[in-house]
Amino acid sequence: MPIHIIAEKCTGCRLCIKACPLNAIKIIEKKAVIELDLCNLCGACVDACKLNAIILEKTTRHTLDATRYSGVWVFAEQKKGKVQSVAFELLFKGRQLAEKLNTDLSAVILGEKLEEEIQELIWHGADNVYVVEDKQLANFQDEPYTNALVELIKKYKPGIVLCGATSIGRALISRVAVRIKTGLTADCTGLDIDSDSAILLQTRPAFGGNIMATIITPNHRPQMATVRHKVFPEGSTDMKRKGKIIREKFDGRLLLSRTKLLDIIEEVESTVNLTEADIIVSGGRGMGGAQNFKILEELAYVLGGAMGASRAAVDSDWMAYSHQVGQTGKTVCPKIYIACGISGQIQHLVGMQSSKIIVAINKDPDAPIFKVATYGIVGDLFEIVPALTKRFREILKK
Amino acid sequence: MDIIVCIKQVPETTQVRINPATNTLIREGVKAIINPFDTYAIEEAVRLKERFGGKTTVISMGPPQAEEALREAMAMGLDEAVLLTDRAFAGSDTLATSYIVSCAIEKLTPFDLILCGKQASDGDTAQVGPGISTHLDIPQVTYVKKIREVGNSYALVERMTEEGYEILKVALPALLTVVKEINEPRIPSLRGMMRAKRAQVLCWKAQDISADSGRIGLDGSPTQVVKIFTPPPRKGGQIFEGETSDIVEKLVELLKDQI
Amino acid sequence: MDYQLTEQQKMIQELCRRIAKEKIQPIAADLDKKGEFPKEIIELLAQSDLFAIFIPAEYDGALELPAGQKVGGVLDLCIATEELSRACGGTAVCYAASALGTFPIVLYGNEEQKKKYLPFIASGKKLVAFGLTEPEAGSDASAIKTTAKKAGDFYVLNGTKHFITNGGDAEIYTIIAMTDKSKGARGASAFIVEKGTPGFSFGKEEDKLGIRASITRELIFNDCKIPKENLLGREGLGFIMTMKTFDISRPGVAAQAVGIAQGALDLTVRYAKERHQFGKAISSFQGIQWMLADMATQIEAARALVYSVARNIDSGKTDVVKESAMAKVFASDTAMRVTTDCLQIYGGYGYMKDYPIEKYMRDAKITQIYEGTNQIQRNIIAIQLIKETAK
Repeated sequence: MPIHIIAEKCTGCRLCIKACPLNAIKIIEKKAVIELDLCNLCGACVDACKLNAIILEKTTRHTLDATRYSGVWVFAEQKKGKVQSVAFELLFKGRQLAEKLNTDLSAVILGEKLEEEIQELIWHGADNVYVVEDKQLANFQDEPYTNALVELIKKYKPGIVLCGATSIGRALISRVAVRIKTGLTADCTGLDIDSDSAILLQTRPAFGGNIMATIITPNHRPQMATVRHKVFPEGSTDMKRKGKIIREKFDGRLLLSRTKLLDIIEEVESTVNLTEADIIVSGGRGMGGAQNFKILEELAYVLGGAMGASRAAVDSDWMAYSHQVGQTGKTVCPKIYIACGISGQIQHLVGMQSSKIIVAINKDPDAPIFKVATYGIVGDLFEIVPALTKRFREILKK
Repeated sequence: MDIIVCIKQVPETTQVRINPATNTLIREGVKAIINPFDTYAIEEAVRLKERFGGKTTVISMGPPQAEEALREAMAMGLDEAVLLTDRAFAGSDTLATSYIVSCAIEKLTPFDLILCGKQASDGDTAQVGPGISTHLDIPQVTYVKKIREVGNSYALVERMTEEGYEILKVALPALLTVVKEINEPRIPSLRGMMRAKRAQVLCWKAQDISADSGRIGLDGSPTQVVKIFTPPPRKGGQIFEGETSDIVEKLVELLKDQI
Repeated sequence: MDYQLTEQQKMIQELCRRIAKEKIQPIAADLDKKGEFPKEIIELLAQSDLFAIFIPAEYDGALELPAGQKVGGVLDLCIATEELSRACGGTAVCYAASALGTFPIVLYGNEEQKKKYLPFIASGKKLVAFGLTEPEAGSDASAIKTTAKKAGDFYVLNGTKHFITNGGDAEIYTIIAMTDKSKGARGASAFIVEKGTPGFSFGKEEDKLGIRASITRELIFNDCKIPKENLLGREGLGFIMTMKTFDISRPGVAAQAVGIAQGALDLTVRYAKERHQFGKAISSFQGIQWMLADMATQIEAARALVYSVARNIDSGKTDVVKESAMAKVFASDTAMRVTTDCLQIYGGYGYMKDYPIEKYMRDAKITQIYEGTNQIQRNIIAIQLIKETAK
């Protein structure tokens, strides 16, 4: 097993036990013992041990010449020929990374008739834009998109590839990473460059709990990561920026697909403009039932906001999944987030804690939501919410 | 129609408790369950089997106790179960995991369909499903919310997107990842539970599936955790208690300029 | 407490607990409010094989019986009823009443009758009801007025049964009627009557205090002709059959009571931890703690008694009249006391219908009344005691 404890060094101090997110370490006869069936070799204990008594071995067969790979790439997702805003957010972050690495920032766009969009990408910070235009690429399809992106990566060898964690991005980039046989870190909430090694530091919530993990891909290139919409801000545009446009053409066989897109149906109802909303009124388990969301709807209407829900409320079928805020739902970053009857489990908090103002209404004074709330109200939401609605209606004259 | 369902055993996190002293998850007494998203894949497989016949196999990679999750899947109506368990698998990231599962599926070939949940509730990466299909070089459709039609060599499915859905025709064999909108998973019957209890679960190690030792476990995983830390909690702010009318007045005053 | 349950019993417990939590709990208040029969839940229980657990395997049931033993699965049934009752005592009784109506067929039905009816009951496709009580014949069951007159190959039924659980929703009815009034209690006989038989109709539907998810209705027989093959056992055995049926069904009522009490206590412990007064959770007050401790102890004692009696029946013991009555009295009195105290701990909130606890108190009350009032049960226990010492 690649992990073991040097018994002579271990003093049974229990620091490793505290650090282990999987409860895989026990003290037996004053020495730490790792239960290997539970351990997933995450290495948290190795860092925690002050006596260097825990050894995690990893043998790497690949000898990688990282210098052959350079540049930061952003996959610019487009739908109906329009670049999605998550791409601009990634360009904003990518710019910072590229500057730290003293390298170029490039956008990659696949589609058909993209001329105006290419300019947008440059204005948002791209030094280069790799463009593949083909009828086969007009709409996203797993195989042609994967093939095209893999070919580009093989040819131009970027050091970092970033992609939005959207329904398209997640499907595409997972396939690309496997084809290239490199590492991929999903849903990063933080990206940085290690100043010594120039390696990408990818931070994300881990183990479904209140723990963050920083992950690296030391011996494979490119280093790949996805980021959810609204995690990073969209930078300003500079219409004077100039950039290089590199066009590629691929053999038609490369763009063949074993899936065929027959139709695209847009459902107005399911399009809750949650991620774009400036104000969100959200309900959780404390709402008690689907019918009670009416009072939140009224408040949201008066404030011109959107409706959100916690996982508990969605799992109880009180609200549709499209309203879910949190790690398994949407990440939001509104000006005001009003959480009603939401206890504030970490899974919810990671999806909304970057909101500018958080208002929490909950009858349990110990609810974790109050730890992140800008304004916390301990009380009965069924009294407070209608009163708030009434007062705002008077002020806003709606 | 032969179907393979891939599942993962995860800690039940809907009732997570946080240790206030260390600010970490309390894992004692947390039940291990089938990843909730995978239960939709299981249900869909059972429904397809009920309509078209054929063999269904459920497969999971994990520690020996993941056998329980496989038995639960069999109780819901799947026929056979394979557990991929080997200490050499420990430390596998999504690349290594999808490689290992794809090696096992090669051994179960031929099949028509692989079903996975859209993601696991503990890792939330949504990478293993697409990883498997890529290793196997078969087409995939992610976020499937409805299987409209299944023919001899194709399936007609609806794929959920941010704006609505797409209708896709995919050649079989294929891999589909499914979302909760697709069905309502059944509660297993008593007879199903009894049958599952007695059924055999195959246990395969790395050598049983001819997995390359350099591509599994820690050595086969390009990603590496370098640091684990508890984020500094966002500072809580002002707390209001007391009369509703006072609270509302104060709050409206504080918020009105932001609207 | 570990009751050394069999593998199948543990599965029944897990399954029913899950159904109760995921499917019944969310709709319990609504069913109660509307007084609506939980059709979908009954269908789910059927799909889950829960109507098979009291039916022998040879009739498509899930019950393996030792050779020569006619009845069993009583503990299995008690476990199922208890778990369902934790979420909704009304839903649980729709289920358990089907077992009550089935027991006379299992105990006294001939081979043809068993083959004809039991597989449908086991699959849950047909629900069963038991019809004894009449307006003038409650505790004094021998006062029933419904008659069954033999006419060639038929019996003709006339009379009215009331307060019949599952009345209208059941497909199969086990009815007690007088075949010979002059013989008093020895003139009663038991019959199987199918829904839809001409002359058989349903009357008033009761508006009840509790167990409102179950339907309680009048059965009206007006020259209702049934084939003579539908007689259970022999003429004149109706009362003995009823008493023997009650001996094995009373643990089920007791289990319902245990489940209601446990469900109420579960809610109350949680509430006591959440509710703050005088700056602390009320669960930190000794006065509340002692109430909780007493309730938990009483419930565990009731459960232990119920399970023991059920096990006795399942092991083939037939002389359980006293113990069965004891289990019913003790568990139902416990349920009433516990639910009343739970409501007390909830205080003013507990009195309000917005909170779930008052339903448990309303549901508990019936367990002291039906299948023989607790006063009748005490009579039974006392008579047995006196008999035993006379020996």
